[in-house]
Amino acid sequence: MRNMTLIDAIREAMDEEMARDERVFITGEDVGQRGGVFRATMGLFDKYGPTRIIDSPLAELSIVAIGIGAAMADLRPICEIQFADFIHPAMNQIMNEAAKMYYRSNGTWNVPMTIRAPYGGGIGGALYHSQSLEAYFTHCPGLKVVIPSTPHDAKGLLKSAVRDPNPVLYFEPKKGYRAIKGDVPDGEYMVPIGPVNITHTGSDVTVYAYGMMAHYCLQAAEMVKQQDGISTEVVDVRTLLPVDRDGILNSFKKTGKALIVYEDNFTMGYGAEIAAVLADDGFEYMDGPIRRLAGPDVPGVPFSHPVQEEFMPSPQKIADAIRDLAAY
Amino acid sequence: MTNHAPAEITAFVTASGSRPSDSLSDDTLRDMYWMMLLSRRLDERAWILHRQGRIAFHISGMGHEACQVGAGFAINRGVDYVHPYYRDLALVLTVGFPPEGFMLSLLGKAGEPSSGARQMPSHFSAKWLNILSHSSPVATQVPQAAGLAFAIQYKISHGLQDPHDDTQPRLALTCLGEGSTSQGEWHEGMNWAGVHKLPFICLVQNNIYAISVPVERQMAVNDVADRAAAYGVEGLVVDGNDILACYDVMSYARDKAYAGDGATLIEAKTYRPVPHSSDDDDRSYRTRDEVEQWKKKDPISRFQKVLLDRGVLTQNAINDLEAKAKSVVDSAQHAAEDAPYPDVEPNLDPRSVYAPGDFA
Repeated sequence: MRNMTLIDAIREAMDEEMARDERVFITGEDVGQRGGVFRATMGLFDKYGPTRIIDSPLAELSIVAIGIGAAMADLRPICEIQFADFIHPAMNQIMNEAAKMYYRSNGTWNVPMTIRAPYGGGIGGALYHSQSLEAYFTHCPGLKVVIPSTPHDAKGLLKSAVRDPNPVLYFEPKKGYRAIKGDVPDGEYMVPIGPVNITHTGSDVTVYAYGMMAHYCLQAAEMVKQQDGISTEVVDVRTLLPVDRDGILNSFKKTGKALIVYEDNFTMGYGAEIAAVLADDGFEYMDGPIRRLAGPDVPGVPFSHPVQEEFMPSPQKIADAIRDLAAY
Repeated sequence: MTNHAPAEITAFVTASGSRPSDSLSDDTLRDMYWMMLLSRRLDERAWILHRQGRIAFHISGMGHEACQVGAGFAINRGVDYVHPYYRDLALVLTVGFPPEGFMLSLLGKAGEPSSGARQMPSHFSAKWLNILSHSSPVATQVPQAAGLAFAIQYKISHGLQDPHDDTQPRLALTCLGEGSTSQGEWHEGMNWAGVHKLPFICLVQNNIYAISVPVERQMAVNDVADRAAAYGVEGLVVDGNDILACYDVMSYARDKAYAGDGATLIEAKTYRPVPHSSDDDDRSYRTRDEVEQWKKKDPISRFQKVLLDRGVLTQNAINDLEAKAKSVVDSAQHAAEDAPYPDVEPNLDPRSVYAPGDFA
């Protein structure tokens, strides 16, 4: 067991998959000698060379489209979008092409491709280096959407993504790249794409979150435990699509109260689907309103520091929301 | 309305002065004629079925048969990757796509090979022939085809594929219309093909109109082929209604791709003598006189004359091929009419959306 950062775990997953399977290659902007702007591919260029770590032209749709073609030709591309905010030019290729390929070819062509994209705010990135875009893609059957929150899951889920026969969009909480550290087992292991993970057990309130917010929720759970004696269960959603409806419902059966936390804009965010699952299938367990805590409905995270900080759900705000719900 | 009359285009000749089509056997020439004829008769039948109210939609490849069949005969059919567009009926037939598959797509019937009748007609796919599945938004297939070509280059450079193994795809051919070259996707795909010198052929079938919008409203250059220079790719213009000229230029591009000498953009100048689709009325945007001028350049009657002059075909042989085409089209139509509709349930089952874990 080793203690490592989120980004080191991501890099180790790619390194292992490239060593295991010569069909795996990486392309994206600055992924080569520069090792990526966040250093996710640092050292891989020296190890695997320019034919497997390929600096792409500065054109995101082509990164994805080349990946789609290469995947259909039985390679295993890992496509890096430098910031999730820059993925929009590639949306036609992701949503109309990669996601629909298996269905539209009646199950004959498939696209075993991974798209990595750092996402989320709190790093001074303002409107175009802070976005959380998961809700666009979780509305798109044919994609898998994964957001890890721990180094353990980041490594195991990324390895699963590379081996998945479908296109997997893998969003990385970039604020946590170096801030999040955790234990990673020695040797090979996988984390399956699909099931949610309970990271903190409790009985009064269930909190659902993913990415950076999953950490803030753990901190909030400790705060309300020590200060108020409230027992919080934290569900780290991890795989957003396909939706683990049973996993989401199971914790709610125990607590009857749900808080859903995400840093994307409030309206039509991913939390709306979790709320709908609970409302549809969990009515008989319901013991209070299903609450969402999310970013405000403004177009992006503003640059100015105090405004940015207020945009993001914080452990303190989450703790307050848990208290409200527990008292309901 | 500006008149877009056909222009004379000099035939392509290789550096050695030869034309690859000179070495085609009489049998092959007859096969090429047959594929053009079969495609035309299938296409015409689709228009008839639409006018009879028996199908909902048809999008035609009529007039494009020379460049498509010429292209198909120049590649390793059923092995080299083909990422087509919706006018490529003659191309996919040449590669091996079954005529009844086309009829099944018109009728949306079970067993439709491209998509199980999920997609509109003429959205071709056949994995067993290395024909990729394409969508309706135009030019999306181009950067993907560059990705296919990239994979070929990658496999060869990593020893995963023998460069001379003709059981493996050695190039990627993709097709689109001239209007689609306005899309960013086309430019980004061409750029990869140029930067990486990919085994890639982009065949632009310039029929002058993107539905109603003429080429001069689409681009400020005279030839789509001029755009290739921006990507360090060779761009060639060919008379798209002259099948042997198309075969020549495609053969040149194929040899280049196989040799690892990079990509080629081929602009086949042609014409669509019919409306864009069964929902279009082309009288609103072009003159009848222009259409009639182009019909005189019809690729099939032109090739027929060449073959008659050379003694490769006789009038009797032509009549026999016509009878054979009618028979193939009839039986394809009847097979499709007799086929059931697909079951509803599996097509609306979310589990049909993801490839299973053990998918190859």
